[in-house]
Amino acid sequence: MFDTNQAKTNALPDGVGVGYKPQHFADLIHNAGAVKWLEIHAENYMGEGGRPLAQLRHLAERFPISVHGVGLSIGGEGPLDADHLARLRRLVDWLDPAVFSEHLAWSTHDGAFLNDLLPLPYTQATLTRVADHIDQLQEGIGRQMLLENPSSYLTFEESTIEEPEFLRQIAARTGCGLLLDVNNVFVSATNLGYDPRRYIDAYPLDLVQEIHLGGHDEDEDDHGRPLLIDSHGRDVADPVWALYDDTIAAAGPRPTLIEWDTDVPDWPTLEAEAARAAARLEKVPA
Amino acid sequence: MTVTQTDFRAGLMDAARPVPPGLSDAHGAGAGKRFDVYRNNVAVSLTEALEQAFPTIHALVGDEFFKAMAGVYLRQSPPASPILSQYGATFPRFLSGFQPVAHLGYLPDVARLEQAMRESFHAGDAAPADPAALQDLPPDRLMSARLILAPATRLVRSPWPIHSVWMATNRDGPAPTPGAQEVLITRPEFDPLPTLLPAGGADFIEALATHSFGAALATAQRGTPDFDLTTTLGALVAGRAIARITEG
Amino acid sequence: MTNHVKTFAVASAVAAAVTAHALPAAAQANEKCYGVSLAGQNGCAAGPGTTCAGTSTLDYQGNAWMLVPAGTCADIELPAMADGSARMGSLEALERDLPKS
Repeated sequence: MFDTNQAKTNALPDGVGVGYKPQHFADLIHNAGAVKWLEIHAENYMGEGGRPLAQLRHLAERFPISVHGVGLSIGGEGPLDADHLARLRRLVDWLDPAVFSEHLAWSTHDGAFLNDLLPLPYTQATLTRVADHIDQLQEGIGRQMLLENPSSYLTFEESTIEEPEFLRQIAARTGCGLLLDVNNVFVSATNLGYDPRRYIDAYPLDLVQEIHLGGHDEDEDDHGRPLLIDSHGRDVADPVWALYDDTIAAAGPRPTLIEWDTDVPDWPTLEAEAARAAARLEKVPA
Repeated sequence: MTVTQTDFRAGLMDAARPVPPGLSDAHGAGAGKRFDVYRNNVAVSLTEALEQAFPTIHALVGDEFFKAMAGVYLRQSPPASPILSQYGATFPRFLSGFQPVAHLGYLPDVARLEQAMRESFHAGDAAPADPAALQDLPPDRLMSARLILAPATRLVRSPWPIHSVWMATNRDGPAPTPGAQEVLITRPEFDPLPTLLPAGGADFIEALATHSFGAALATAQRGTPDFDLTTTLGALVAGRAIARITEG
Repeated sequence: MTNHVKTFAVASAVAAAVTAHALPAAAQANEKCYGVSLAGQNGCAAGPGTTCAGTSTLDYQGNAWMLVPAGTCADIELPAMADGSARMGSLEALERDLPKS
């Protein structure tokens, strides 16, 4: 169990951040607007040098940085990749970010990295394995991590635990914090046919240190039911804004990230989306 | 019914396989098309990573062909590491054995050039040595000095005109004519720069890694009696590729 | 060529190389940073749509592959033997790819 007393205190501000894209470097330096912090994907900053690390060095002087891992495969059946864990440690030691987060998912199996956040059955066996991996990660990087809820498109018949309860038990065992992706809640609830507000009610909001918002695409399954895809390729949908309002009304203001990873827009569009989130956040009493 | 990650992965990479039983649509039926979301994510994202890593190959064979070919490669060689910017190191070798491009003999070496540029892009930083120091050294000391090259420096030799193919594709260069080419890649700031070397240039630069300036020069001149030192050294200086000059 | 002449030739070659490429003053650190990244980026988004690339793979078994390269390679005339070494093996490979009778 990670000792949260040792956790770092340079937290993210209760304002809005964006996922960093290199094409926005100049805008961020000169005209950040509503954007108060940045999130990077850890795996894009594991080279030895060059422009990615130079940009990051400049940005870290101006903005609090959240490091978001997308490749450790915490839910993998096999052991954690020790080399990758060492690379994460190196990045975190160098950058000293405000927070570090990863996903409740797997992506590597038998030495092959599949580059997607793949789903897990919610069972006692999975819970034990994920908790062990989180212990190992938090020991490895020497700090607390935040665990993010996935977007779900299907379920496992073998699952016995509801997702909010699963996350609560993981956090209780490991001392990790949580990253609540509100769009993922809406996508999963729509796809799997449950009420997203019931999910938020059951979710341990007191453990949330960061919120994600992003856009999704709409499709249909084999039976004509809506199938939402977590594409991060457009603006945040209206029902997701409404769910966000309810979430921060219950949890209080939290650092909130706009994720826009495909069809990345120009800076004014992205900044306007961040400003929309900031306006909602400001209405919530601290 | 338990679905192992071995089952999941097998279904993911082979769309001809049935969706693993034990996965549900949460409405009482099997996962069906919902499983295709994951199949699609894996294939699309890895294909995009290859497109971004090998833009010249993409342009040469066209989008439809590249995507189909990437689909073959990613299924036989999925990434071995979670760092996508390294994915595709074996793509040049794959191209050498991929029959539908066998008539484009230059393709694997153009891919090697792109791979070398990508390695250069992510390589460690090094401030350049002041090249005037080369001029200031007395001749005998220059001949025994070692030139330590920046980590972002790469060499690619080919029996094909790979630099011309790269320039024709990316810089509106003239149509390539047959002939072997040796390319030096430097990173003067943050963007890798491919420079065509004169005959013997690659011999000289390769020898610098393990030999003195004088010995490297002798190596180049053995293979190329009229070796053009000025142009070769000029490419290193312009590319800020000489990180240190050491003696003794 | 005497040693003296040779040394002189090297010295003037070095001088020519150095003076032709005198280092310009370094640009502002920030400006050097502008520009986008080469190579694939890790992300955590799902791909668009659900039915295309993941499920419509062409089987590559030599005989089932119908596509031909259709990009700018059409403008590049470098015959298969342009590197000077005859490329045997193509015929062999084709045969290997044929279905076993």
